[in-house]
Amino acid sequence: MQKTAVEINDITKVFGENKVLRGIDLSLNAGEVTVLMGANGAGKSTLVKVLCGVHKANGGTISLYGTPFTPATPAEAIRAGIVTVHQSINDGVIPDLDVASNLMLDSLAKPGGGFFLNKRKTRDAARKIAATMALKVDVTQPVSELGLADRQMVAIARAMAHKPKLLILDEPTSSLSAVEAARLFDLLDRLRDSGVAILYISHRMSDIRRIADRIVSMRDGKISGLFDQKPLDYEAAVDAMLGHSMSDVDLDIAAPGAPVLELKNLQIREGSRPFSLDLRANEVVAITGLVGSGKTELADILFGLAKPVSGEMTLRGAPYRPASQRQAIESGVFLCPKDRASNAVVQAFDITKNITIPFLDRHSSGTFLNKRSEQRTAERIVNDLGIVCQHESDEIGSLSGGNQQKVMVGRWLAEESSLLVLDEPFQGVDIKARRDIGQKIRETSKGRATVVMVAEMDEAVEIADRILVMNEQTVVGDHINKDIDMKQVLAEVAGQQSETMGNEHAS
Amino acid sequence: MDLAIKYGFLALLIGMIIFFSVFADGFAGPYSAVFIFQSVAITGILALGVTVTLVVDGFDLSIGSTATTALMLSSYVMVVWEMNAFWAVTLALAMGALVGLVNGLLIVKMKVPDLLATLGMMFLLVGLQRIPTEGRSISTGMTLPDGRVTTGTFSKTFLALGRHRLDFFIDNLIPVSVIVLLVVAVLVWIFMEMTRHGRLMYAIGSNERAASLAGTNVNKYKIIAYMISGVLASIGGILLAARLGRGDIASGNNLLLDSVAAALIGFAVLGAAKPNVFGTIIGALFIGILLQGLTMMNAPYYTQDFVKGAVLVVALVFTFALSRRGGTAH
Repeated sequence: MQKTAVEINDITKVFGENKVLRGIDLSLNAGEVTVLMGANGAGKSTLVKVLCGVHKANGGTISLYGTPFTPATPAEAIRAGIVTVHQSINDGVIPDLDVASNLMLDSLAKPGGGFFLNKRKTRDAARKIAATMALKVDVTQPVSELGLADRQMVAIARAMAHKPKLLILDEPTSSLSAVEAARLFDLLDRLRDSGVAILYISHRMSDIRRIADRIVSMRDGKISGLFDQKPLDYEAAVDAMLGHSMSDVDLDIAAPGAPVLELKNLQIREGSRPFSLDLRANEVVAITGLVGSGKTELADILFGLAKPVSGEMTLRGAPYRPASQRQAIESGVFLCPKDRASNAVVQAFDITKNITIPFLDRHSSGTFLNKRSEQRTAERIVNDLGIVCQHESDEIGSLSGGNQQKVMVGRWLAEESSLLVLDEPFQGVDIKARRDIGQKIRETSKGRATVVMVAEMDEAVEIADRILVMNEQTVVGDHINKDIDMKQVLAEVAGQQSETMGNEHAS
Repeated sequence: MDLAIKYGFLALLIGMIIFFSVFADGFAGPYSAVFIFQSVAITGILALGVTVTLVVDGFDLSIGSTATTALMLSSYVMVVWEMNAFWAVTLALAMGALVGLVNGLLIVKMKVPDLLATLGMMFLLVGLQRIPTEGRSISTGMTLPDGRVTTGTFSKTFLALGRHRLDFFIDNLIPVSVIVLLVVAVLVWIFMEMTRHGRLMYAIGSNERAASLAGTNVNKYKIIAYMISGVLASIGGILLAARLGRGDIASGNNLLLDSVAAALIGFAVLGAAKPNVFGTIIGALFIGILLQGLTMMNAPYYTQDFVKGAVLVVALVFTFALSRRGGTAH
């Protein structure tokens, strides 16, 4: 009954040795909102970039209403009718120009246009577009004076000026309030009715419930689930996205020791529910939850990068309120941050120097560095973690992703800590490196409390003694990792309880 | 190819020395060598300051005017306030540190981009150094704005900084400024390469966020870098004042460009593709040798800037186009 707008067949994409897309088959129908879900690194953004002409696929075909489509540049994709609104709102608009110029920007930039601007004509054309989109803004107003939602609307309206066949929205609500998001959804409803195929990428369950006609889950570069039977099975979609196929890992659950860090009524964000939590010695705790569930915010608070709204933290019996990273480190709280390329790797340094950065004072007498002592530590870490390299003086950039990540984890294992927090330590590493890193984290966990933030369920089950689930900036589940009730955990991840409560409230 | 990138620039330097030794009469010899060192001493010291700010991924455009301000200030202290050499030097150095501190605070606290902050500082200092004397140079016997005639003089000790020569096998061979250059270079090299502070500065320059998450006080180190730059610029200005023997308002025009060029040329030395102390000194010497050689072969003075520019462009191509790491750097 519905027309297929876009047909994707066996698309593959390889970056170096990394297979990011391993054969994607997907069709998108006109007049339908397809929600794409996937954890970080699942390949969502790569798929989008292939569709909108930023990357060229290594294999496979795409067809657009039956005609083959291989965009070489983003401009070509737009001309063919595939238009993308990116996550960062300000990528879609030019703040200093007025709304009219923003709406007409692409026709202004088109080669062959006249040399002089005809402001009235631009404005009239812009008003027409605004009217069809039910966009209630003054087109002569600079975009910088608009709120975030209106900016987002302008970005989408601008995209609509191309009369797209496929509109791709990458987490469009990530910086919008609930009211603003509601306006966006009304707009999307209208677009859907006008027959546009919409690919909507999001992690927000409330968004997905509101807008999805079907859900596609991605995992490890493949489509891991497709759900189009009404009512949509949201839990199964989350399950397919996070997966827990490898729960055959044998773990000896460690006997928890004395509490290391106690959190009392900690409130992460204004309006979120406070929670209390004990992290004990010898224990590896995995904290899982979707993007934006508060994992990273909690890590930031523990490491002195942010302050909680309220609540108390006690580290080994003494009040703990770190004012800076340095203070956290000196108190024995280490954080191995997520996204190593921007947060951890120092490209100009070799392996040794990358390992010793946080603890240079222990490798120097006075202010002078003791390179022998650095060398010894680096050798120890390279051996312990099985880092594959010629020598400790190899450039960090010469290592594979997995080995780079081992160096970054090794940096924080080089010294004893009271609490070690690892934020997404398995991001962008192969399965072997992931096992090595996980094993090393468990092996060294005696005497300290360890927290591992992971979005993927597999990883949590593989590494943790205890699994905590976070949702909406609070802890909603606490499970010992033994005969774990996966259904319950997934329900908590998807925010089932809070959602039903919300619904009751509304009715 | 790797060898060419690593040693190419040094080979070029040696080749150039041999070429001039053969074709330029009197090029090979201790006096000529000392002359080259002396000609690059002040730019070299300033270039070391530029290097330190480049290491933390910053840039200091105000070094040239900081140096001339130090020149004017030290002259003013001795000629108008009639104080001794010690105070002239101390106040000039303190001024340099203060300028660096303000630069650093503008960049770190006020979030002004480094180029713009130091550009503003450059303008401010160029103007400021003219106000006390109403735009005139400072010398003994000049008339001040209030009608007084200055009676203070440059102290002998102070002038010695610019004019005294030490015996080294040959009597009166090595000027003090060359010694100062070598001492400053060694100190800065030790600081950058052998202390943890230098290491952390390099880490900040390569990935500021990673350095910060590893517990480095990024803001503190950035401010320190600009203060080092300011103090080194002041040292350069003091040596210039001591050489000239007057507070010459028009001197030091080329200091900024020359020292930036030396530091950038340094990127190409040993394939470092990043700011480094050794490279900076080689870069300064490279220009000095080239100019000295060409001058001895009767190249006119007005071609000098063209030659410097050409060397800089070639060095930058070495760094960014040929070197693998330079290619991936921003």
